[in-house]
Amino acid sequence: MEQLISISGGLLYASFVIYLIATVLFAATIRDKRKEKKFSLINKLAIGTTILGFLTQLGYFITRWMASGHAPVSNMFEFVTFFGMMIVLAFIIIYFIYRLDILGVFTLPVALLIIGYAAMYPRDITPLVPSLKSHWLWIHVTTVALAEAILAVSFVAGVLYLIKNINQSKSTARTKWLEIIMYSLFATLAFVIITTAFNIADYEATFEYEVDNNQVEIEYHLPAIFGPKDGELLTEDRMDAWLPTPEWMRGAEAPRKWNTLVWSLAGGLVLYLLTRLILRKRIGAALQPTLKKVNLQLLDEVCYRAVAIGFPLFTLGGLIFAAIWAQEAWNRYWGWDPKEVWALITWFFYAIFLHLRLSRGWHGEKSAWLAVVGFAIIMFNLIVVNLVLAGLHSYA
Amino acid sequence: MKCGHCGTENQTGTAICNNCGQPLDNKNETKLLNMRYDGAAIRSKTRNKSFVDKVWNFFSSVKIGVTLIAIALIASALGTVYPQQMYIPPTVNPSEYYEQEYGITGLIYYQLGFHELYSSWWYMLIIALIGISIFIVSIDRGVPLYKALKNQNPKRHPSFIKRQKLLSHTVHVTQEEKEQFIERLKKKRYKIYEKDGHILAEKGRFSRWGPYVNHFGLIVFLIGTLLRFVPGMYVDEFLWIREGDTAVIPATNQEYYIENHDFIMDIYGQDEEDEKFADALEQTGSLVPKNFQTDVTIYKDDAKDVVGAQPELQEVQSGSIRVNQPIKVAGLTLYQDSYQQNEFQSMSFKLHEVEDSDEVAIAELTVDLTDPNKEYQFDNGYTIMLNEYFPDYTMENGVPRSQTNFPRNPGFVFFVYPPGETDPEVSFLAIGQNIPGDETNNYKLSLTGFDVRDVSGLSVKKDLTLPIVAIGAIIFLIGVVQGMYWPHRRMWIHPQENELLIACHTNKNWYGLTKEFEKLTDGTPIANVVDQETDTEMEPDK
Repeated sequence: MEQLISISGGLLYASFVIYLIATVLFAATIRDKRKEKKFSLINKLAIGTTILGFLTQLGYFITRWMASGHAPVSNMFEFVTFFGMMIVLAFIIIYFIYRLDILGVFTLPVALLIIGYAAMYPRDITPLVPSLKSHWLWIHVTTVALAEAILAVSFVAGVLYLIKNINQSKSTARTKWLEIIMYSLFATLAFVIITTAFNIADYEATFEYEVDNNQVEIEYHLPAIFGPKDGELLTEDRMDAWLPTPEWMRGAEAPRKWNTLVWSLAGGLVLYLLTRLILRKRIGAALQPTLKKVNLQLLDEVCYRAVAIGFPLFTLGGLIFAAIWAQEAWNRYWGWDPKEVWALITWFFYAIFLHLRLSRGWHGEKSAWLAVVGFAIIMFNLIVVNLVLAGLHSYA
Repeated sequence: MKCGHCGTENQTGTAICNNCGQPLDNKNETKLLNMRYDGAAIRSKTRNKSFVDKVWNFFSSVKIGVTLIAIALIASALGTVYPQQMYIPPTVNPSEYYEQEYGITGLIYYQLGFHELYSSWWYMLIIALIGISIFIVSIDRGVPLYKALKNQNPKRHPSFIKRQKLLSHTVHVTQEEKEQFIERLKKKRYKIYEKDGHILAEKGRFSRWGPYVNHFGLIVFLIGTLLRFVPGMYVDEFLWIREGDTAVIPATNQEYYIENHDFIMDIYGQDEEDEKFADALEQTGSLVPKNFQTDVTIYKDDAKDVVGAQPELQEVQSGSIRVNQPIKVAGLTLYQDSYQQNEFQSMSFKLHEVEDSDEVAIAELTVDLTDPNKEYQFDNGYTIMLNEYFPDYTMENGVPRSQTNFPRNPGFVFFVYPPGETDPEVSFLAIGQNIPGDETNNYKLSLTGFDVRDVSGLSVKKDLTLPIVAIGAIIFLIGVVQGMYWPHRRMWIHPQENELLIACHTNKNWYGLTKEFEKLTDGTPIANVVDQETDTEMEPDK
């Protein structure tokens, strides 16, 4: 058993490295200066490596399933890792339809970021509470993850469209918003880097503070910029908090979460500013030349096609399967739990996307912006709803 | 509106003659035709006089529909800012809870009624308006489109052909080459309609019904959810049942009974196979439940129709109700919902003299805490009366009372009558308390033991709306796939003296259509289509 778990962990690590290599290979395909476009060796190598990475991660998934006895999609680490894997799968599918190399250059890093983000959560195998013990666990969760992954590809295609289409000769609202998207990717990267760094350094500081008239202890793994309000530092030789966590951050371990968020946002800002200092132009402007050869219409088509596949799949997994399971486990198919509500909001949003596109002709850039917003809603549901608006799905 | 070419009488607002396809907007002769709804007259676009027209037009606007969805989206999000009332502890008072927990914003949230947002009249109204909009827009567009596509004339007016987006113009085509093209169309599963040498090739028309099918599915779904309010469609009852007890199952008209043999709660970490979770369990620090289960037998009362008869219980089925594994009986579903462990079942006492240091029992009694006797008589002449009983005792303003009817913290007032006495000695007993009514009491009651048992909370449900809701959802999905995954493609083959005009139309993926056209004409002299919108020859390879 112990052995299976360590094999599983090793496979996940290996797949991460393979995806990194695949990203470099895809980057090499667009550096290819030759005019004629054909499916050359480097393309085969890039997609082949991606598939190898996917199979390796599938190996992680299967061995972990064997070790734990249930589908490994039951806590934050497992679900987010699986989501990353599904993004790779969605990319592979779409790659074979459109043969769009540039999509690999940008989708694989997003998948890597997401898998890296997942690894920051506790990786222990967790037991299932009775309500989660059902076949619907894997049926519901895997369908939702695949649907959201396909919608993530629409996000990537949308961002590529924006990078190529937005006029970078002067600063406008559109260039600013594009930079905000770039910054949010940097902030995620910063979260992964900072957390990993302090994990390696084994940083730990315990605070004691009062919640509902009870003294509770809270463990920080990052130096406390924001500590608990009226908290007392228990660990010696550690930095005491500079500031108290604002009152409106509530829920379990709120001060620690707030502190981590501030670290990530600040770290992201540093990374972003450094990158801009080196590039001496907006990130969007720096990326624009890499898309010179890409057909805008094709990006628009990929963006829409991904929604056309993702939307019905999301309806099936996120609403219908979810409802069937809820009926079995909690004897009601719908309960207005925050996670459910945000799934409905996601569904509403993509319904609007499709109506605007099909009935009111919102193609191209408008459609691309909508794809970005849609993905932001999905990430909100994954991160904010799980960690802040706790409900039935709060498992991290 | 009379067609200038063939004389057909068309409904007002028609853009393209239903019969010959002559465009009826004679002003823009060079512009491409707007092929939405195939040029049929749309009610909302042509009539705007009466009040009914205005309401109709309001709801049939896509802009309004999208706005309504956006409002529903924002409203739904608002409801997740703070927990809904059903997710706050049931014992607290919401009017105080929200302010205490979330401050001034919590108070505003509560006062605006956002704590019960999803059952508020205005939220339901938004959803209802979306439903009405879906219904009206479907009739407004669907019916004319259906009529237009049903009665297509293969022979179209030349200006209809020339004003299509994709047009192929070839100067000389032989009859064989034309027939070869048509054969290929058939192989690609196009349906061929012919009139006077003019040909319409069409495939995928069914995909045009997709939006109407999915909207219909949504309407069925919404009606299904409304049916819950119809009496008899929906049962939501709850049953607390103690171990060893047999109780009537609610909503079965006293016909079915259930016996609770045992309530079982398993915790992780007790089995060897839980070893793998050791790290995670240590992290959590609290007990993680593994299984909630009630072992039950269900009976049917055969004497039910005999008035006044004792129930004659016949076993129907035995089994375990677990979370995620409900039991079905008589159209009802029984779910494991809640539990109460170690509820007091009975308490035993003995009576002895206050002075007696050995506390030798004069009398012993056991009080059944769910159905206590009033009076206990003993052979040696003693009588003990249970004067007052508080199942869930508490002191409020110096007066004892019971918080609930469940024996969670029993309190007793006993009257002890020694032989021959008519004036009782009073004793008050509760857990951790034994207070004599009078300092001069000669006798004392002491607790000698108690029994506990578990209580299982079962949810009893029936929902006849489920099949309707499910069918609605399935129809919706079918409609979405039907409408989105197949294109509706048409080609009009229009011979003109020596020349051959072919106009192509699709409702989506023009790129795919040009590619298909190229394959169909490969090796024939038929020219590639020209995109008249951009005025370029379509080169599918680019």
